[in-house]
Amino acid sequence: MEEQDIAVSVRNLSFFYGATQVLFDNSLDIRRNRVTAFIGPSGCGKSTHIRCYNRMFSLYKGQRATGEIIIDGANVLDPSTCELELRRRVGMIFQKPTPFPMSLFDNIAYGLRIQGIKNRSEIEARVERALRGAALWDEVRDALHKPGTALSGGQQQRLCIARAIAVEPELILMDEPCSALDPIATARVEELIEELKGRYTIVIVTHNMQQAARVSDYTAFMYMGRLVEFGATADIFTNPAKKETEDYITGRFG
Amino acid sequence: MKSLAARRAANLAVLTVSSLAALFGIVMLAWVLGDVIVRGAAAINWDFFTSLPAPPGMKGGGLANAIVGTLILTLTAALIAVPAGIMAGIYLSEFGRGALFAAAVRWLADILVSAPSIVVGVFVYLVLVRPMGNFSGLAGAVSLAILMLPVVIRTTEEMLSLVGRELREAALALGSSYPRMMFAVILRAARNGLVTGVMLAVARVAGETAPLLFTSLNSPYWMSGINEPMASLTVTLFNYAMSPYDDWHSLAWGAALLITVSVLTVTVFTRMVLGIRAGRRQANG
Repeated sequence: MEEQDIAVSVRNLSFFYGATQVLFDNSLDIRRNRVTAFIGPSGCGKSTHIRCYNRMFSLYKGQRATGEIIIDGANVLDPSTCELELRRRVGMIFQKPTPFPMSLFDNIAYGLRIQGIKNRSEIEARVERALRGAALWDEVRDALHKPGTALSGGQQQRLCIARAIAVEPELILMDEPCSALDPIATARVEELIEELKGRYTIVIVTHNMQQAARVSDYTAFMYMGRLVEFGATADIFTNPAKKETEDYITGRFG
Repeated sequence: MKSLAARRAANLAVLTVSSLAALFGIVMLAWVLGDVIVRGAAAINWDFFTSLPAPPGMKGGGLANAIVGTLILTLTAALIAVPAGIMAGIYLSEFGRGALFAAAVRWLADILVSAPSIVVGVFVYLVLVRPMGNFSGLAGAVSLAILMLPVVIRTTEEMLSLVGRELREAALALGSSYPRMMFAVILRAARNGLVTGVMLAVARVAGETAPLLFTSLNSPYWMSGINEPMASLTVTLFNYAMSPYDDWHSLAWGAALLITVSVLTVTVFTRMVLGIRAGRRQANG
């Protein structure tokens, strides 16, 4: 792979909850403007792995990561990395939709205001662009003053995606973004991921192997904190190199 | 196994006893309220709200100074206790997990909640009234603030903990700083709960008498400053009820009605308005 095609370069990432090690020497390269899926059984460390990319773990005492995660030439695990600035470049979508207790408009404007944007018309333009980008504009254009919590679950999740893309991150992390949604809402979010991937690098953790096969270009299979196999999604699903991968994707365990 | 008839009989017996117990409680409450309303309503008129108390033995007069006094004491107490209590609650919920100091604060707050209010009155008498040399509205407000403080601290902590870590992470994931996340998102999410906690704390101290007896005392005049003894509805009620004058007895009933109605209104209104809103949000969420 060419150097500029790589958005995130992970080297020997290990992770500890206190004295317990839960990730062991994960190394892989995330391709720019592609969708990379992390699959594996519950507790294998998929979420823990991606929560290192924006240092979300540092919120909690006793959680510690070692190794390197290179984004834009800098190791984000380095203590000198500014977390606020990092998180503006690395957006995150969570399992449960997390609308803020404010209007739809303010939900999306929140991230822009953090960046110090005060110009009303610029904020309005970027809110509209983000909502269009998240395929939500037509549904909510007349209801921007309504509380974000008034939307349906699927709309709330797309609102969160709009909120993330409004600040124009380079990378969007999605931690099981569809596990709280019904199949129709899931399909809409998947379509959205498809549309977004030309412009954003997306890393998605999923329990749903069909989802990984549908939306991703690359797939990483993790098991017990180790990165077992990583490659093009088509290869992983049709011709896995490792026996554990094959057993998992054929439903023999997990 | 007992026969069906025996079990039905036992069921009927227990149901009867528990219904009677519930009835007893409700009857007592209705009796007190009814008495206060009937006797208090007789004392309520324009003068009650606008005039100063009449000298002993003279007809008429009102409790205007005591009404203003209670409002000022309660509001001043809230001004002291609410900011301090909310900040302490933020500390406990955000930074106090597993910290020894936080455990101590929690423990002390829980003890303070159940401390008899007269003890707080005596305490403020010793640390404020004695050194300052006189009873004062300020001392009264401080004693009420001490009673409000633990309620505000614990409800704030509880309400902030209920918000959940997902919303915190979502705000931080956008590059928000911790304080900004706290003020713009988390406090807003917990707003209804915080307001409920504050209102219930206000309702709790608005009816206090014992701590005021040692601190703000009472006064038959309009207040001239927060450093002077200050009239309050509860202490006036206490004094008038113990007096030998029928007119004062009547005013005491009026004061009792006003306090009861105010506290009841605050409590019911807070629970209803905020409860309904919170319920609606949950249904949508």
